[in-house]
Amino acid sequence: MNIEAIQEEIVDEFSMFEDWMQRYEYMIDLGKSLPLIDENYKTEDNIIKGCQSKVWVHAELDNEKLVFTADSDAIITKGIIAILIRAFSNQKPQDIIDANTDFIDEIGLKEHLSPTRANGLVSMIKQLKLYAVAYQTQLN
Amino acid sequence: MFNVKEIRKDFPILKREVNGKPLVYLDNAATSQTPKQVIDVITDYYQNYNANIHRGVHALSQEATDKYEEARNKIQQHFNAAKAHEIIFTSGTTHSINIVANGFSSLIQKGDEILVSAMEHHSNIVPWQMLSERTGAVLKVIPMNQKGELQMDVYDKLLSDKTKLVFCNHISNALGTINPIEEIITKAHNVGAAVLIDGAQAAPHLVADVQKLDVDFYAISAHKVCGPTGVGMLYGKEKWLNKLPPYQGGGEMIAEVTFEKTTYANLPHKFEAGTPNICGGIAFGAALDYMNKIGFEAIANYEYELLEYATEELLKIDGLKIYGTAKNKTSVISFNIDGVHPYDIGSILDKLGIAVRTGHHCAQPIMDFYKIPGTVRASFSFYNTIEEVDVLVAGVNRAKNMLL
Repeated sequence: MNIEAIQEEIVDEFSMFEDWMQRYEYMIDLGKSLPLIDENYKTEDNIIKGCQSKVWVHAELDNEKLVFTADSDAIITKGIIAILIRAFSNQKPQDIIDANTDFIDEIGLKEHLSPTRANGLVSMIKQLKLYAVAYQTQLN
Repeated sequence: MFNVKEIRKDFPILKREVNGKPLVYLDNAATSQTPKQVIDVITDYYQNYNANIHRGVHALSQEATDKYEEARNKIQQHFNAAKAHEIIFTSGTTHSINIVANGFSSLIQKGDEILVSAMEHHSNIVPWQMLSERTGAVLKVIPMNQKGELQMDVYDKLLSDKTKLVFCNHISNALGTINPIEEIITKAHNVGAAVLIDGAQAAPHLVADVQKLDVDFYAISAHKVCGPTGVGMLYGKEKWLNKLPPYQGGGEMIAEVTFEKTTYANLPHKFEAGTPNICGGIAFGAALDYMNKIGFEAIANYEYELLEYATEELLKIDGLKIYGTAKNKTSVISFNIDGVHPYDIGSILDKLGIAVRTGHHCAQPIMDFYKIPGTVRASFSFYNTIEEVDVLVAGVNRAKNMLL
């Protein structure tokens, strides 16, 4: 499935929730079920700066597709990462670079998008895209 | 008579809703809310006598100057400074501290020692590190114990004739500990060191008498005492302020300027370069008036009740731990729940209309000391209520159930 289709799917899922409680509970569940990053990758280098909670992201290329694994010490942040990974992992670097991120707004997480917001959703997206740029350069 | 219901009517913001819930504002240690009495002063300034001060011959300028200087006198009286020109208007505590740190660059030599407490805000650590780097002075830390109290026996040992400056907050922003500053000041003076106390967190809860304390410098921000942001004060003993060089060059701070040489203005103008935050200064005075009218003793008693009740109720939650359990503390509760990140609790409380602070509270060394990433901090003011404490406790329970 391409990024756009996955994003639509996520938006559909979130549209079923009636209030913030359900959205948060869902994100918390997602956070709890996120496959953990290999402990070896939880290094200082892999920490995304600008987050109040710690966030580690690791990327590796598998058959010209970029696979992300990640972790956080805060569960809601982890839920947000799980959503991002679902949308962007296992995709071609160029597609990740080109992808827009409006779906974040559509699923009611806009408040987390503010650059000053301490969980740094913006930093996370930026980091995923930076990885994509780096690997795309490698592929070229 | 202290009547919280009546007091709350003074604060328009307390009527608003957040995320569809009545606002429960428990982030008072970050900034206090503003009563209409202060908002009215701000409006009045811009509607009736906005003008630049100390230089115009016209009526508006004179009026603004009078009000601004009247505010300085109010602040002087509030802190019982000996002279009005010992009160320097600044943009806030950080600016105040930087004036002193910068000024001491010329008074400190290689090998001299500066002592800071282990529970300082970053704004109190960084300027001294910069000063140490510039001068080759050594920065030493007064440690604290598990309760979040300074280890005064270690302080005694750290003091020597090499100590030139001691720097400590009156009350810790992250833990609420009230530090024994009388003792800190007396002992520093015994070895000839100067003392700067950061009063930012103390000012909303108690009145510091700078003469009685015999403190050399005392700094606060107006926005912690129901005033506006962007204005604060540095109190300095006249003899010290005369010794320190100006911090910034500009208009207002000069006596005479030629291209060869400039002579500086007298105190306090030497440290007040450029057009100041005139309206802010006047509103700062009005904010102190407002708090004094309620009375600091009544405020302290009431806040103590809130602190006691909140501590008791929060501790009923399984797995909740409070950081900062000093015998002398103010209405600040920093806490965590086992297995839950403070950020997650804060996010859910926000959804419930409850404003708390999460994170390291600009006091990372304290978090390192407890080996935690941060805490949730609820800080109470005299306009908070027992009912709001109940809302907080219910919110924390709800967050805990969702997260664990």
